[in-house]
Amino acid sequence: MNTITVNEKEYSIPDNLLEISLLTYLREHLHLTGTKNGCEKGLCGSCTVIADGSAVRSCKIPLNRALGKRIITIEGLQDPRTKTLHPIQQSFVDAGAIQCGFCTPGMVMSSYGLLLKNPEPSREQIKKALKGNLCRCTGYQQIFDAVELAASRISDSGMILKK
Amino acid sequence: MERVKAFRNDAYAKVTGQAKYADDFSFPGMLHMVPVYSDFTAAEQITVDTEKALKVPGCIRIFTAEDVPGSWKFGQISQDYPILIRDTVKSWGDAAALVTAESREAALKAAELVEIKGKPVKPILSIDEAVDPFSRIIPDEGDSNTVVHHRLRHGDPEQAFTESELIIEDDFETQTIEQAYMEPESAVCVPRHDGVIEIYGSMQHPFSTRRFTAAFLGEPLSNIEVYTIAVGGGFGGKDDNAAAVCARAALGARLLNRPVKLTYKREWSIRESYKRHPYKLHYKVGFSSEGKIEGVKASIYADSGAYLSVTPWVTWRSTAQCCGAYAVEKAHADIYGVATNHVFNGAMRGFGSPQVNFAIEQIIDMAAYKLGIHPLGMRRMNLIKQNGETVTGQVMDKHTVSIEEVMDKVVHEIGFRKKFEACSRGKAADDSDELYGIGLAVSYRGSSLGAEGMDFCSAIINGQYDGSLLLETGIHENGQGSESVMMLVLAEELGVKLERIRYRRSSTSNIPDSGTTVATRGTIMGGSSVVLAAEKFKAHLSKHLADRLRCKPEEVNFHDDKIWGLTYDYSLTWEDAMKELYLQRITPYAFGTYQAPDVSWDDTTGQGDAYFTYVYSCQAAEVSVSRKTGKIRVLNVVAAHDIGKAINKAMVLGQMYGGITQGMGMALMEEVTDDEGKISSLNFDSYKIPRSTDAPEITGIIVENSDPQSLTGAKGIGEPSLEIIAPAIANAVFNATGIRCKKMPLRINPKELS
Repeated sequence: MNTITVNEKEYSIPDNLLEISLLTYLREHLHLTGTKNGCEKGLCGSCTVIADGSAVRSCKIPLNRALGKRIITIEGLQDPRTKTLHPIQQSFVDAGAIQCGFCTPGMVMSSYGLLLKNPEPSREQIKKALKGNLCRCTGYQQIFDAVELAASRISDSGMILKK
Repeated sequence: MERVKAFRNDAYAKVTGQAKYADDFSFPGMLHMVPVYSDFTAAEQITVDTEKALKVPGCIRIFTAEDVPGSWKFGQISQDYPILIRDTVKSWGDAAALVTAESREAALKAAELVEIKGKPVKPILSIDEAVDPFSRIIPDEGDSNTVVHHRLRHGDPEQAFTESELIIEDDFETQTIEQAYMEPESAVCVPRHDGVIEIYGSMQHPFSTRRFTAAFLGEPLSNIEVYTIAVGGGFGGKDDNAAAVCARAALGARLLNRPVKLTYKREWSIRESYKRHPYKLHYKVGFSSEGKIEGVKASIYADSGAYLSVTPWVTWRSTAQCCGAYAVEKAHADIYGVATNHVFNGAMRGFGSPQVNFAIEQIIDMAAYKLGIHPLGMRRMNLIKQNGETVTGQVMDKHTVSIEEVMDKVVHEIGFRKKFEACSRGKAADDSDELYGIGLAVSYRGSSLGAEGMDFCSAIINGQYDGSLLLETGIHENGQGSESVMMLVLAEELGVKLERIRYRRSSTSNIPDSGTTVATRGTIMGGSSVVLAAEKFKAHLSKHLADRLRCKPEEVNFHDDKIWGLTYDYSLTWEDAMKELYLQRITPYAFGTYQAPDVSWDDTTGQGDAYFTYVYSCQAAEVSVSRKTGKIRVLNVVAAHDIGKAINKAMVLGQMYGGITQGMGMALMEEVTDDEGKISSLNFDSYKIPRSTDAPEITGIIVENSDPQSLTGAKGIGEPSLEIIAPAIANAVFNATGIRCKKMPLRINPKELS
């Protein structure tokens, strides 16, 4: 049986869904609507999720290529018991990095993907890592601030990011 | 950088993915709708054949204009915009039919099988062709493609030109810009058991959406209830056609009596939605040998596209601000809006000012260069002073005119004078590939609608039995943070902690129509309405609580999250106070409507008090230009804006950064392109907006000269932040290369560099 793990929960995938995109599966079948659809062509990054430890564009991935993978979406970042925000989320809130919020889940997930690979990124590295995520509201400044803040908070707390 | 604490009531919902945008809503039995377009730019005798499409399994019904119970076209000024076309196609963005099906897949499949036939007409795609007296007339009404003509008559510049030392006469051109909000249009409409259609839509203006929908359905406004939900950006762009998207889904919901969702693909969004007007500007400006502006003559054309939308208002702002922030004694300008067969143009952040600023702020630098005067001295000599008069004859004596103050702050922060001396002016200091330049621009911007329209806004404060407070205003949250600003204003007015206040999800059936959330009017109008409501609320509470507080009503105080008598001996918690009022059968409720101060305008002369107050702005940009490739990079930006008072500092800065980055996109990379009127830049691969790697470092400076025309002292920042970065960059590019770019997006041909 084909399965996929989303936010630590395993789902069986029926054959008739193998051709749909991971984005459509998350939004329409699992009702995880935090992952957004901005362009459906992998150009805007609003649909970014983590797949086996890497930030990916879920609109570009057919479900049959996501089988067996561990997916983390924006809904999977909070502490499941306490509902405490993940330090990346809290940093986006504190740095004023949120306006319309449509790009925010994708930005947070791309930042997560960056910090998994590089826990102490420079501002230039942050800019490069977020290149695939468009934001029309913020001019990116406070998003860069948020990722810097998150990196220092995570490193200060000794927290290990889950893949 | 100083980090200021941000407050947003929606931050938690947005950062966790819980915030619901239109496409995130689902209802039992919901159908899916998709639009169908013809492939014509202009055509007549349109027929729509749905026979094959209807055979697709799951396809329920296909709507055309024939099915519309109300008016198939509507609009804010002229009711000429077809929500569904009938017989005639006037632009490639026109929607001809709506397919409704059980699933989106089925709807998409059926849409491909709808056949639209018609007799093509040669499209008119340039202003020159459109204004030719022998050209076909595009609008249904009127006898000309010139859909609006504003005049500014303020003395005779011709006579001034004869005495001028220098005359700059030149042409400038700006391009079509897409708002490119990250969330494409979407609407979910739900028929309610009581006959009301509920709308959950991605739109900028619930009241405008309600007007479009009610007109389309031919029903009273009270039948349509539009809710505020999370909106993924608007930037002016989610009015007419975003409202039409809601109206179309509502048509399906009404006629099929089931919930209907209509969510746009990015390609449909860019194809159909109105954009920023491209302008052609011709200016003639005379200067004295000292650099004083002696006279301005301008003739300006805006391409309105196929429908009027708000073209008369956009071009009106261009009229009132056509001479920039300068005191010009003799000015004569004609500003025209012209219909073509392009997809229509309408509101976008800036609204007619970025185009005129692009010209005038370069002309000042061009003249300074020719006269050998420093661009700062040139500006200082001509800027409007306190109690000075604008080109519309308005005397600026009711607020602080701070244009020099904001300019000085930017000049100091960025170190303009030294850097200006270090500009490459076409010659790199060594063998470096990079040419360096710095430039700046200034503006004044009329706040809110001005003489464009009626200006008022309402707020409701509804105190609850347990001491909690509900707040609602007629200003709409598009992502800019307006709800948070309103909550901060109320918390300050009532002296309560923020946690006590909940912003109520607004509904058009509850709060009175307060106009649209445009024109940087959210904070100034909404904030003022909250102050008025809070004053009434406090007076009402004071009257009924004075006895308990052992004082007179006028001696009751509100601070530190309590209600106090004359001395600290007597106080009430909000919990006790609210309970007390309910026990007295008094409702702790207040309603306030703020009416904007008077403005005036004479259409024949373009004279009057155009706006009741103004925001003052200066932005400077440093650029590098590659000698090899001509590529322009913005390295650093400093911006200062006098916004009266900052209510939510982090969000004010966020607006500055965002506006500057959008303006930089306009200056350097963005352009809606088309082939015979068919838009070719339909997604972010061909319509390129600034990415994180394009973003310069930006320093924002907030200047606060509290404005007596606003009850909070605050004005606004949304649009001022965008309207001058393009000329600042163009001036910097000139100082780097010696090449003057008079057309956007700015392009440097490396062959022209020595």
